[in-house]
Amino acid sequence: MAVKIYNAGVKEYRQTYWTPDYQPLDTDILACFKITPQPGVPREEVAAAVAAESSTGTWTTVWTDLLTDLDYYKGRAYKIEDVPGDDTCYYAFVAYPIDLFEEGSVVNVLTSLVGNVFGFKALRALRLEDVRFPIAYVKTCGGPPAGIQVERDRFNKYGRALLGCTIKPKLGLSAKNYGRAVYECLRGGLDLTKDDENINSQPFMRWRDRFQFVVEACQKAERETGERKGHYLNVTAPTPEEMYKRAEFAKELGAPIIMHDYLTGGLTANTGLANWCRNNGMLLHIHRAMHAVLDRNPHHGIHFRVLTKVLRLSGGDHLHSGTVVGKLEGDRAATLGWIDTMRDEFIKEDRSRGLFFDQDWGSMPGVFPVASGGIHVWHMPALVTIFGDDACLQFGGGTLGHPWGNAAGAAANRVALEACVEARNQGIEVEKEGKAILTKAAKSSPELKIAMETWKEIKFEFDTVDKLDIAHK
Amino acid sequence: MSEVIDYKSRVSDPASRKFETFSYLPAMADTDIKKQVQYLISKGWNPAIEHTEPEYVMDSYWYMWKLPMFGETDVERVLAEAAACHKANPNNHVRLIGYNNFNQSQGTAMVIYRGKTV
Repeated sequence: MAVKIYNAGVKEYRQTYWTPDYQPLDTDILACFKITPQPGVPREEVAAAVAAESSTGTWTTVWTDLLTDLDYYKGRAYKIEDVPGDDTCYYAFVAYPIDLFEEGSVVNVLTSLVGNVFGFKALRALRLEDVRFPIAYVKTCGGPPAGIQVERDRFNKYGRALLGCTIKPKLGLSAKNYGRAVYECLRGGLDLTKDDENINSQPFMRWRDRFQFVVEACQKAERETGERKGHYLNVTAPTPEEMYKRAEFAKELGAPIIMHDYLTGGLTANTGLANWCRNNGMLLHIHRAMHAVLDRNPHHGIHFRVLTKVLRLSGGDHLHSGTVVGKLEGDRAATLGWIDTMRDEFIKEDRSRGLFFDQDWGSMPGVFPVASGGIHVWHMPALVTIFGDDACLQFGGGTLGHPWGNAAGAAANRVALEACVEARNQGIEVEKEGKAILTKAAKSSPELKIAMETWKEIKFEFDTVDKLDIAHK
Repeated sequence: MSEVIDYKSRVSDPASRKFETFSYLPAMADTDIKKQVQYLISKGWNPAIEHTEPEYVMDSYWYMWKLPMFGETDVERVLAEAAACHKANPNNHVRLIGYNNFNQSQGTAMVIYRGKTV
């Protein structure tokens, strides 16, 4: 065994943390960072600095380093790659030994990987592009409380996407009027409605009143339609104690699903709530407010595919994914990459979809991607093609903005969805034949006909800000 | 602005009950049912037939018609079983299911013969 001697002072990071010959272990957590360096610093040194500062390193040598086996615990920068189409930055791949992290704690993993290192002076900007969680680590996490299959069984929905709607206006309704909007959506044919993320427990509508009226609305819609219904009751609260109090009351009322904002609420709260849901037979819908702060800048922050993996490990049965077609940001190939990351058991590395690593989820249940924001009946053919059946399609304005009201708006969406699914099953190219499919379905649905007339010309065609890194010069 | 039309759905009217996938579309013609059977077979799912009295539409468990047709790839045989179930239970909803034994779920489920609600 080689003996090491203490030499005080500053040492170049690359002497310790740049290991180009390293073969990553199956148990390592692997990370891909996009580094935009300060000018004049060699690539290897910056990559090594990122590995060091996100694992065992500090700016100077300390004698206590010699009391442990740092060669075992250190993160290793093992590969550097050019970023296609962008000379200002490059990718650095770092491997971390699994014992650097507490089992079952995405909080602990993120504290290292996106902690102090992001403020490091040698960097102009830093982005965590992707993380490979080894199956050994996945197995220590709770994951989704129920998962896609169990949710389908509980709600009795097969062979099609789930249909939802976020209740609007998002702020200002009284509990009773809010319940009215929920009831109208559900009796018209939606499966699920959703609290807006901004709805917690404000003076105009306290949470307890909302929960009671909403559950009554769901139950009446079930009696009326003979179909199972739910509403995501938002339990996001100022404190964990308050959050659990609201969750317990939702369960007492017989609600099947609750909701949490996992980034603003925090990952510790989210993981605890997911465990509570698993123990109490409750489904958990996850909103992602604040994600764009983290993931939108192509040079700095955390890519959404990482936030997706973090949520699947922390726990949630639904997660907003972007729509590709609506009013919010989304590049099609990249979106397909992270919706597969939510749902599938094994996802192959595929740079054309922004996936830097193979990811094996083992038996961890899948998460329903939720497509929400600026979508209406005319988008249905594209949504069915892009998302398939294992998704929740949420039409807010596209339901509530119907000229005859929510029930008619809901029915229009339901008819449009079923018409597209029926056609797809018949082997028809739904995206190409969308207009003909919807026009035919509208012949027996006046609600769909008027919806198609109302929204015909609306399109959102702003260019995507965060594109995949391909040579687009 | 067109005239607002009332949404006709009543708790007191059994005909207002729906039955999940495709229940918001008009009842399928025989040729359309056949295409859906072809679809689920092409996906590698196992066809099965179930039925229930319409008043128990919300139950998780309907009556199985015989057993699921494991490995059956003959569309006509599946259609014949569905028709036999419908003939024996003319007032009931008859549902076609595609069991996906890999994800232990149902790939699809749809009512192909609609029961008498009144």
